Order: sequence, then structure tokens, then C-alpha cells
Amino acid sequence: MSTAPASSRPISFAFLVQIVLIANSFIMLYPVVVMIFSAFKSTAEIFEHPFAIPNFTQVQNFARVLGETSMPTYFMNSIVVTGTSIVLIIVLGTMAGYAIARYESRTNTFILLFFLAGLMLPLKLAVIPLFILLRDLSLLDSRWSLIVTYTAIGLPSAVFIMAGFLRSLPAELEDAARIDGASEPRIMWSVMLPLALPPMAIAAIQNAVPIWNDFFFPLVFIQTDAYKTLPQGLTTFMGEYTTDWGMLFAGLTIAAAPITLLYIALSRQFIQGMTAGAVK
Amino acid sequence: MPVSPKQARTLKHRSWVAFLVLPPIVFMSLFVVYPILSAFAYAFYEWRGLARGEFIGLANFRDVLFGATMAPVVWNAFLNNVQALIALMIIQNGGGFLLAWLLYKEPFGFRFHRVAVFVPVVLSTIIVGFLWKLFLNPNFGLVNQALLSVGLGAFARPWLGDPSTALGALILANAWHFIGFPTLVYLAGMQRIPSEIIEAARLDGTSEWQLLKSIIWPLVAPSTTILFTLLFIGAFNWFEIPYVMAGLDGSPFGNTDVLGLVFYRTAFGNQSASIQNFGEGSALATLIFLFIVVFASMLTLWLRRREIQF
Repeated sequence: MSTAPASSRPISFAFLVQIVLIANSFIMLYPVVVMIFSAFKSTAEIFEHPFAIPNFTQVQNFARVLGETSMPTYFMNSIVVTGTSIVLIIVLGTMAGYAIARYESRTNTFILLFFLAGLMLPLKLAVIPLFILLRDLSLLDSRWSLIVTYTAIGLPSAVFIMAGFLRSLPAELEDAARIDGASEPRIMWSVMLPLALPPMAIAAIQNAVPIWNDFFFPLVFIQTDAYKTLPQGLTTFMGEYTTDWGMLFAGLTIAAAPITLLYIALSRQFIQGMTAGAVK
Repeated sequence: MPVSPKQARTLKHRSWVAFLVLPPIVFMSLFVVYPILSAFAYAFYEWRGLARGEFIGLANFRDVLFGATMAPVVWNAFLNNVQALIALMIIQNGGGFLLAWLLYKEPFGFRFHRVAVFVPVVLSTIIVGFLWKLFLNPNFGLVNQALLSVGLGAFARPWLGDPSTALGALILANAWHFIGFPTLVYLAGMQRIPSEIIEAARLDGTSEWQLLKSIIWPLVAPSTTILFTLLFIGAFNWFEIPYVMAGLDGSPFGNTDVLGLVFYRTAFGNQSASIQNFGEGSALATLIFLFIVVFASMLTLWLRRREIQF
């Protein structure tokens, strides 16, 4: 917005805006930079020269984190849990969203309200009955305990995103295929769903970041080290290496790397997906 | 009984629609509706470990709200949640609004700043918590080292160990983590304001402050409604940052204790002394839930009234 007459607006105001924004970006990024720098230092170097730029060929900390800790296991668990949950959320969300959006029915409003309730209720506060239910289903202390929980939390938002989008597609598309004698499943799969990939991506990103980062449910459900996801595994790791700061920063850097790199590559989609619930 | 072609078609059609909607509904019923309904019921029973005992009416609620052991802890935690809420409303949402306004002007480099402010948002709270715990370490932490190096060593302190600064440190770490979210939601809200309104105001010679206060702030009311409601819910569910940075007991001396920690300790116990009380835990969860639902709805309704259609 530079519509204001340049003469009335002193240059110092634009300067002030720049100062504030640069200062803010510095505060946002510098801690992350220090984390990465420290990961290349020995503990003694961190204590003596906390602000110095390290020798980036010193990768012992990373090698040790990947070689002698359970970090790679936590990593794989996070990928499996997040990936499976997202697939289930998208599949189930698209099924319900498609039925609500494309087939007239008296029960549609009820079904939509049913999922709306799921969107409002924080499942965190029902963790005790969920814990007992998962124990009764013999899912406790397994990756499935997390997958079903995350799917249940993410499903309502996916239903809304998918129903909202699928409703906007013109009926002519379906009608033309129906006249050609295509079956309902075929219309859904070959005609409608290929058009619905962008909202699927939004629903996937919106859910993937909170699932990847979640700590509370693994803390309650998972005891076995081999099933821990990255955030929970990180607390175990941080407890084991309390005094070895080089290792701690390397562990944090490795844990932060995938999502940060993905964000830098796809920042527009991330921002759109993560603020999708709050921006209409 | 033979089925007519039309009936067959509707039967086939109906089973197709049922195939689409039933799995998601069954899934939601089992893993959301049933646990939430049970959560209320469990609060009225006595529990021995994982086994449900007698129906004891409101006894669990009474213990949580007025009992000699639970009540002081719960109320102390509640007040810390309230402090965090108020501070974050100002720092996180207020700061986010101001940053959004600066980005809205699209100054030089605004694309970079927009991406930068959102970097911490994508990080796990656990990473953010540990990172700031290391930075706030009394001896070797970055914060005290920085104060020493610029000659302000007198201000260096054990931030997380000092009762007067511990909660504030957690609040600031949380604000660092999430300020990008309100910033970008407000920015999207501002970009939706029709540019004629802004230009008309500028032509009338409205000052920048007047523009911000009387035009932009009221017109981004829908963003405010959502952000304030989300922060309200988030503040009373606060758990990860206190857990990682201050520990399960809200050290020092309960100064950083919040309802989320009290709930976890009550329901799932300290890992060391595994004392579990599902009854009192369920009662506390029910009370937190009702508190959030009642006040968040009131807040939403009140904020909605400010919204102007344009």
C-alpha cells in the first residue's frame, strides 16, 4: 500500500516499518540459526563461544545422533503414524464429504452436524475413556493407538473441506457421465475426484503438521521405546544426554529439519493449509 | 419377492451412499462420541486404578473444587492459565495484529518477512520448549550470555528457576512459537478489506493511526473473533510448553503449574510415583471442558456482534 502521497509521509516512517520487521524476523530466525550452528559444535565450544559460526565439517554430533540413539526409529514411527493417519483422514473424509455434497438426502444436515460437533470438541479432554477404550481393543502402546486418535481428530475438518469443495462442482459433469451409463462409483472415482486434488492437499497439510508435532497422545498411550514418535522420543533423548549440549542441539536440529525444509519449499501451501480453519 | 428395476436401482443407490457415509460415522462414533460421553459418566464413579468402582455422585467434583489436597492446586493452576491467557492476548494476538498491519503495507522484503514469521509455527512445541530451555539455562544459556556480552550481566538470572520470571518466560516462548499464526490470519483479513474503503479514507486525509483504529481494526473483526476464541481454548488446554520447560510439577513451587499439568498428574500420575485417579481426573476434565464451552461460546457471541458486513 503506497497510495499515500510521498510528500506527506516522512521517509522515517517507512524506515521504522523496516526496522520493526527486520528485528522481528531476526527474533524469529536467530534462535533456529543458533540451534543449527550449535549442532556443529562440541559442548565446550558452545559454552565458550555461543555466538560463533562453527566449522560445518564437524558432523560428529549428527553421526552420533543417527548412529547411537533411537532417533532413526522415532523418525520412522513419525512418518508411519503421520502418513497412515493422513491417508485415513483423506479417504474417510472424502467418502463422507462426497455423500453429503453430491447426494440429496434428508439425513445430510444431521450428518454434517455430527461432524461439526467433532470439530468443536477437544478430544484431549476425553483422553481417559479413550485410554480405556484403546486398552480394551488391545491397541494401547502401539502405533495404531495414535493413528486412530489422529484420524478421529482430523476427520471432521477433512469432511468440511471436501464437502465444501465437492458441492461447488457443476452437476453437468455427473449428468453427462450418467447418460453415458457410468456407474456411481465410476463417476466418483474417474470424473469428480481427479478435480478434488487441491482441497485434498489443503486437508492433508492442515492435519499433517499438528499430527507430526503432537506430543500429548504419545505421552499417554506409548510406553515402548520402539513405538515412540519424534516429539516423545525427543524427551527421552533430551533426558539421556542432558549435559552433552552438542548432542542436544544436533537432536533438535534433526527433529526440526524435515518439517522446516518442507515449509521453506512449500511455504504458500503450508500457510494456506494451516490457516485454512481461521481464514474464510 | 421380486424387485422391480426401479427398486433395485434405489437399493443399489442406497447401499452405495451407505457405503460412503457409514465407515466415517462409525469411526467417529467409536473414537470421538463414545469417549466424550464416557468422560462425563466416569467423573461420577470411584476408580481403583483402571477399574471402575461405585457410583459416588458429585464427590469427585467436590474434591477437585473444594477438597483440601486438590482445590488449592487447581485454583493456583487456573489463575496461571488466566495470566497466560491475558498476556498472550496482548503479546501474541496484539503483536500479531501490529505485524500484520506492517506486512499489509507491502514494504520492501515483505514476502521474506511473511515466510520468516511463520517458521516457528511449523515447529513442534517440544522442539520450541527444549530450545528455549537451553537458551534460558542460567550458566550457559544464550540469553544470559548475550546479557553478559553487552554489559547487562546484572539482569542475568535463572529465568526458569526464579518464581518471578518463570511463568513469563514460558509465555514469551509460547508467543515466539505462535505469533506467526495471528499475524498471517490478520493479514489475510486485512487483504480482504475492499481497497476503495482504504483509498477513500486516505483521500479524506485520515491519519495512519485513525485508519488503523477506526477502519482496519473494526473491519478485521471476523479474524479477531476466531483468533481470540482459539487462544482462549488454547490457553486453558496449555500443556506442552510448561511440561517441557518447567516439568510435570510446575516448578518452581507451582509457579508455572497449569490445569493441563494438574489433569495429567491426577489422571496418569507422576512417572515415579504412579498414583492414578481416573475419577478426579475425569471430574477435572469435565470442569475444564464445561468452562471452555460456556466461556468460549459467550466470547464468540460477544465478538460476533462487533463484526460488520461489507
